[in-house]
Amino acid sequence: MAAPDSGDRPNEAGIIETQALTRSFGDLTALDAVSLQVRPGEIFGLIGPNGAGKSTLIKMLTTLLPPTSGTARVAGFDVVRQPAKVRAHIGYVPQLLSADGALTAYENLLVSARLYLVPPAQRAVRIEAALKLMDLEDAAQRLVSGFSGGMIRRLEIAQSMIHEPAVLFMDEPTVGLDPVARRAVWDHVRQLRANLGTTILITTHLMDEADELCDRIGVLHAGRLEEVGAPQELKARIGPEATLDDVFAHVTGTEITTAGSYRDVRQTRASARAHS
Amino acid sequence: MSDRPAPALAPIREAALPSPAMGYLTQVYAVAAAEIQKLGHDPSELLTRALQPAIWLLLFGQVMAQVRGIADGGRYLDFLAPGILAQSVLFAAIFYGIAVIWERDLGVLHRYMVSPAPRSALVLGKAASSAVRGLSQAVIVYGLAVLMGIEVSFSPVHIAGVALFIAIGSALFSTFSLIIACIVKTRERFMGIGQVLTMPIFFASNAIYPIELMPAWLRAVSSANPLTYEVDGLRALMLAGGTSKYGLGVDLAILTAVTALLVAIAARMYPRLTS
Repeated sequence: MAAPDSGDRPNEAGIIETQALTRSFGDLTALDAVSLQVRPGEIFGLIGPNGAGKSTLIKMLTTLLPPTSGTARVAGFDVVRQPAKVRAHIGYVPQLLSADGALTAYENLLVSARLYLVPPAQRAVRIEAALKLMDLEDAAQRLVSGFSGGMIRRLEIAQSMIHEPAVLFMDEPTVGLDPVARRAVWDHVRQLRANLGTTILITTHLMDEADELCDRIGVLHAGRLEEVGAPQELKARIGPEATLDDVFAHVTGTEITTAGSYRDVRQTRASARAHS
Repeated sequence: MSDRPAPALAPIREAALPSPAMGYLTQVYAVAAAEIQKLGHDPSELLTRALQPAIWLLLFGQVMAQVRGIADGGRYLDFLAPGILAQSVLFAAIFYGIAVIWERDLGVLHRYMVSPAPRSALVLGKAASSAVRGLSQAVIVYGLAVLMGIEVSFSPVHIAGVALFIAIGSALFSTFSLIIACIVKTRERFMGIGQVLTMPIFFASNAIYPIELMPAWLRAVSSANPLTYEVDGLRALMLAGGTSKYGLGVDLAILTAVTALLVAIAARMYPRLTS
């Protein structure tokens, strides 16, 4: 992993900590000995081209996929030995559609409230608060199939925070959104962190998203975590006028837009379609 | 912590959590309630599903009723009605796997899988919603049966018994379908195998003819087919003066045991869909 940067406090445990986390699929090593520390309350961005291992890492941290080797702790719990504890303390906004279009926004939130065992007396209050925070109060009783992509994303964030998780994972949260909706999602993510102190880990392949939204960034390339640091720091390492694109090109030796398999393209487009 | 502007949102304290059993039931209900609400928003599916039993009773039943000696000396339509009821439950339940693959493709399933709900609670939630679908099918088949002059029993005990058998049968076959989905993983493959599985389950059972008419090997297959016990129970409970071949206790015990086994298997396999 990259050297500790200036803001590191050695005694503060990372709320997400991985040690040589590795996942192989047959001969392919999707994630190669990644050691990462995410600090409480930060917005941490994982950037990398499609196929770099971002989704594999998120799947392991959210207990959907067991690691091949290495360890990971999230919110103080081991993802292999205490998966139920991990799940109770995290929220997850998948890249794909996670709000049910055949239900209303309120019903979708009620599903989450029940799954996360929000006490019945608190359900209505929490749902109202989540709707308010995501500016969806007026849409509560409408079927989600009629929502815009940006509204669906905000509803999905509301769903994933109803139990106020310590850590929120967001996989490509603004893929398929127009610039205005994208900016609105960023504002709401910041709001969420400001109000609740939630630690947020997002994946993105949008450099401006990483630059504007994230406190620190990790650059994944071919399954390896190549660089970690604040956007300013990473850029400064390359040169005075460098952009994150330059950082990315330096790390990977490629442009971000050229990578990706048929499967990735299909997934991205399917997701974009579902959200537009 | 004191300067939080959103007091309504706070981590759920351990002390506020319900007892494990209540929590489990809440999570089962979360899955089932979502399905039932969806049916409430668009009930047209229930009506289209009602067409199939109507066709079997009105077309197949009317013709086969002319053939003597199928129904143990009774009226064939009386014999057929519980079989068609069981069939409509089977056909509705067997679609659950493809619905779950669809949910996985969308991403909705991931949301359930990252929640703290035990996998068995998620499986049972699907099974419970399948039971609700099955029961709504039953209302329609009962209506058809009455219209066709079939002597249906309306004793409350019998109705409750039919509801119980339909609920368990729906749970059993929807969970079976879920397991198949976890194995084949894609809609295309499921479509292929779904047909291949549904027909033998239906025809190698006592649903539309008594197993006494079968050659010995097929009779053995039928005796190992849960649908046979479902139909046997329904025959005793749905019809006025109906009787069970195996005994209601045996029917119920077999269906419950198979369902429990399938739920245990499905709970282990379910995470495969999202990994």
